[in-house]
Amino acid sequence: MKNQSVTNSVDWITILLYMVLAIMGWMTIYSASLPREATSIFDLNQVYGKQILFILGSIPLIIVMLSIDAKIFDKYAFIFYGLSILLLAGLFIFGTERKGQTNWYAFGGFSLQPSEFAKIATSLVLSKYLSDVQVNLQKVNHQLVAFAIIGGPILLIMMQPDAGSAMIFLSLVFVLYREGLPAWYLIAGFSAVGLFLLALVIKPIFVIILLVVVLGLHYLTAKRVNRNPIAYTLILVAASAFVFSVSYVYDNVLEPHQKDRINVLFGKDVDLKAEGYNLNQAQIAIGSGGWLGKGYLEGTQTKGGFVPEQHTDYIFTTVGEEWGFAGSIIVIIMLITLLFRIIYLAERQKTKFSRTYGYCVAAILFMHFFVNIAMLIRLFPTVGVPLPFFSYGGSSFWAFTILLFIFIKLDANRVNEW
Amino acid sequence: MRKLLLPIIIISATLLIIARLFYLQIVDDSWIKKSDNNAYKIKYEYPERGYIYDRNNKLMVANQPSYDIMVTPNEVADDVDVNELCNLLHIDRAYYDLRMKKANVYSPRLPSIFLPQLSKKEFAAFQEKIRRFKGFDIVKRSLRDYQLTAGANVFGYIQQVNDAIIQKNPYYKSGDLIGRQGVEEVYEEVLRGTKGVKYIQKDRFNREIGSFKEGIYDTIAVQGKDITLTLDMELQKYGESLMFEKRGGIVALEPSTGEILALVTAPNYDPALLVGRDRSKNYLALERDTIGIPLFDRGLLAEYPPGSPFKILTGLVGLQEEVIDENSTFVCRHGFSYGRGAFMKCHDSGTNNLNSGIYHSCNTYFANTFKLTIDKYGKPDLGVNAWASHLQSFGLGDFLGYDLPPGRKGLIPTAKFYKRFYPNGGWRSSTIISNSIGQGEIKMTPIQLANMMATVANKGWYYTPHIIKKIEGGTIDKKFTTKHVTTIAQQYYNPVIQGLFDVYNFGTASRLKVEGIEICGKTGTAENFAKIGGVRTQLDDHSIFVAFAPKENPKIAIAVFIENGYWGARWAGPIASLMIEKYLKGEALTQKAREEYILHNGLKATYDKYTSGMPFSINH
Repeated sequence: MKNQSVTNSVDWITILLYMVLAIMGWMTIYSASLPREATSIFDLNQVYGKQILFILGSIPLIIVMLSIDAKIFDKYAFIFYGLSILLLAGLFIFGTERKGQTNWYAFGGFSLQPSEFAKIATSLVLSKYLSDVQVNLQKVNHQLVAFAIIGGPILLIMMQPDAGSAMIFLSLVFVLYREGLPAWYLIAGFSAVGLFLLALVIKPIFVIILLVVVLGLHYLTAKRVNRNPIAYTLILVAASAFVFSVSYVYDNVLEPHQKDRINVLFGKDVDLKAEGYNLNQAQIAIGSGGWLGKGYLEGTQTKGGFVPEQHTDYIFTTVGEEWGFAGSIIVIIMLITLLFRIIYLAERQKTKFSRTYGYCVAAILFMHFFVNIAMLIRLFPTVGVPLPFFSYGGSSFWAFTILLFIFIKLDANRVNEW
Repeated sequence: MRKLLLPIIIISATLLIIARLFYLQIVDDSWIKKSDNNAYKIKYEYPERGYIYDRNNKLMVANQPSYDIMVTPNEVADDVDVNELCNLLHIDRAYYDLRMKKANVYSPRLPSIFLPQLSKKEFAAFQEKIRRFKGFDIVKRSLRDYQLTAGANVFGYIQQVNDAIIQKNPYYKSGDLIGRQGVEEVYEEVLRGTKGVKYIQKDRFNREIGSFKEGIYDTIAVQGKDITLTLDMELQKYGESLMFEKRGGIVALEPSTGEILALVTAPNYDPALLVGRDRSKNYLALERDTIGIPLFDRGLLAEYPPGSPFKILTGLVGLQEEVIDENSTFVCRHGFSYGRGAFMKCHDSGTNNLNSGIYHSCNTYFANTFKLTIDKYGKPDLGVNAWASHLQSFGLGDFLGYDLPPGRKGLIPTAKFYKRFYPNGGWRSSTIISNSIGQGEIKMTPIQLANMMATVANKGWYYTPHIIKKIEGGTIDKKFTTKHVTTIAQQYYNPVIQGLFDVYNFGTASRLKVEGIEICGKTGTAENFAKIGGVRTQLDDHSIFVAFAPKENPKIAIAVFIENGYWGARWAGPIASLMIEKYLKGEALTQKAREEYILHNGLKATYDKYTSGMPFSINH
């Protein structure tokens, strides 16, 4: 049974989904970046030419991932993590700025975005920590360690500042829940998000009145033994403080462009020539696609370059415009099929490390997928995160490839474990 | 339970996204319009308007280039130098603001007219600096270039479409030109051609990035077609010059075809007045001339009592109804007594047969004939209707159906008409006797009168008068080659024609004879009234003349109306003679003195006395 051939034991379904997504992604990038005079698809002056290079470049990475001993990921997880933290910290000295974010290194004509790779290292370390039999997430100090593992990179990334990438790490909380984190963390988290949004839409005082009513009803309907007036009061005070601070932060701390991003989300009047422009054009592109889209390479929004950065974070607008509702659904189904395949594979792992890592991969990919598309259709504030395997970019494509193929290797290796 | 959280969240998030996508892509179709707004702009290519030729293929109306400045409000930069633009184009700030506002109302993303019809100098100056004014564009159009100063009423004019037209007909866009009045209006689609449309794809900087969808929506411009009119340009010019200081109309037809040889109205105007930037100013001036009413085409629109020429029809109907024959005689004693002291005066006396009745223009003769016609059926309403239906077969009392703006119907009274006038009955032939001599209720337009003469010349049939002779690569309407036959049998025309010929031999036009041409004609004088200062006042009689020539194989039928010209042989008769000789011989060689007089004398003094506000006497 030992040392079965890798090609026999890898999950080909996942690899196939990966390949199809990469090819569809490339085709979309080609459409989004096609110059007026057609050149060779390998033209390295064009982003579609470079993307071919990135896709081909991922093949050696895949071979390496699948060939090396799976134990390395477990064994050297902390070293990878340490390196990632160093790279993130190093940005403040050696990093290059782009659009107000110091989030990448430039090596000649080549660039590297360390936050992409930090996701992998963080997933590995988190999996290693949680797979320790002594760790119990019901215990507060273990919870704190887990939060620290996730919080470290978030802190450094927020300082770049790159809210989008930081937000991705929050998805790892789902993994913690899967591995035993008490549910009230999630309830508190979702409540905070809910209150945050409410506080922006209606006046804080009304939010608090609403809170009093909801908590009061809960108190009156709760079982007598569970009625703890002090707990209810603490919750109310904490929530009120949160609401007021959101309101305060919005009014006094947020920069105008950040406020605009939130205003855009709520459909408040925003200058369509400035902050609202990108999102408006993105919606025009997607919305004008109709059932079947305008046809591949026929998108007028895409051809006319109305959506800025269309080949990176806004790539899904090309899908929506040229392939329509039908094409969008197909892409979405491909993506969630991959997610469910990963979750299915994770659940069949024999080691906690592999399972946890699988969940990390699923959670991270999901967060990218959701935040990216939801942002374009105004379900989420504008933050820059790439669409996995679709968006142009070497760092992100390779990072997603490594993230996924480590798991494929772990999965292929499960028969060798006991 | 813990296993399920992530899948549930994924499913919920996906459903949320799909629902939102469904709303954006399928339910809300406003994005498609916004996308189209982004995606392309439309450029029009204007074809040249067709030329207009006369019956001898002489060019009458050609084109000259004109340059309009168009503005697309969306594309105008916020920091456009308005002052410089205004200086360059000699406009003021208020004009700029007004045009921009109008353009925005029309469409922020479509070109609207900003300044029409630049002079060459302005065009050159602006052309040099156009790059500095984004959103402003020069469009070349063609304007009319007239080769003659006559025929304005026939040609009509072209003008910019107004909002009402744009809303009614989607072909026309702001700044487009459309033909109004005359052949420009009737043959608008033929002359205009079809403008070409190009959809040009734009990028976000509004740069053109090629044709939209490989040009599947594009159309190429179709050139306007040239048309040839039936008009004789020289005759038209001559006719207009004869109308010097006179008001009225001349209509000349070719009897064998119904072709309009000349259609003169006076006063007229130079068609070139309605071209170029002074168009609106000039148009307003023409429109405000409520005394001369130069925009009123009298040949088609003026309804006059026809006077004595109508006796031709009274005679023909009498013959057809067999109440008289060519040998019937009536005695005239300076008038006709039609009961209880009512008396119609006549300048004639003695015994007339049909022939002398016509050439003497004897009122008594035709009053008797008319009375016999109406009384033939016992009841006046039967008689009147029989009489009217003969007249209707000449195309009277209704639109003739020619290819010019439809003009007026004129009026042929029927029993129904009189029943409305006399609800209690009591009307009979003597009540309406004035109709016998073309007074009374009857009204005819000059073109109806000319067509009547053409019908007489043809001995009983006519083609609908028309102005179109040939359309380049097309055919003319069938109705112009369909014969209309009258209810009067052919043999009855011969004695009437002989009578009309004798008008020149022994009758009221004996001094108007033209050497070498056998003309048949009839003078006419019609009483008329106008309201002056609210009072119904009788004015000088209209001078009327109808004729055709030659007697055998007629080539021209003509009607001439000179308002307040007193009697037929005074103004209308000489003009008819001149027109006939001009058309048949190319020049009025035998009537030089008459021509000289008509060309330089008119009725200005007569017309001025009506507007002077002073009391005046008439007919002297």
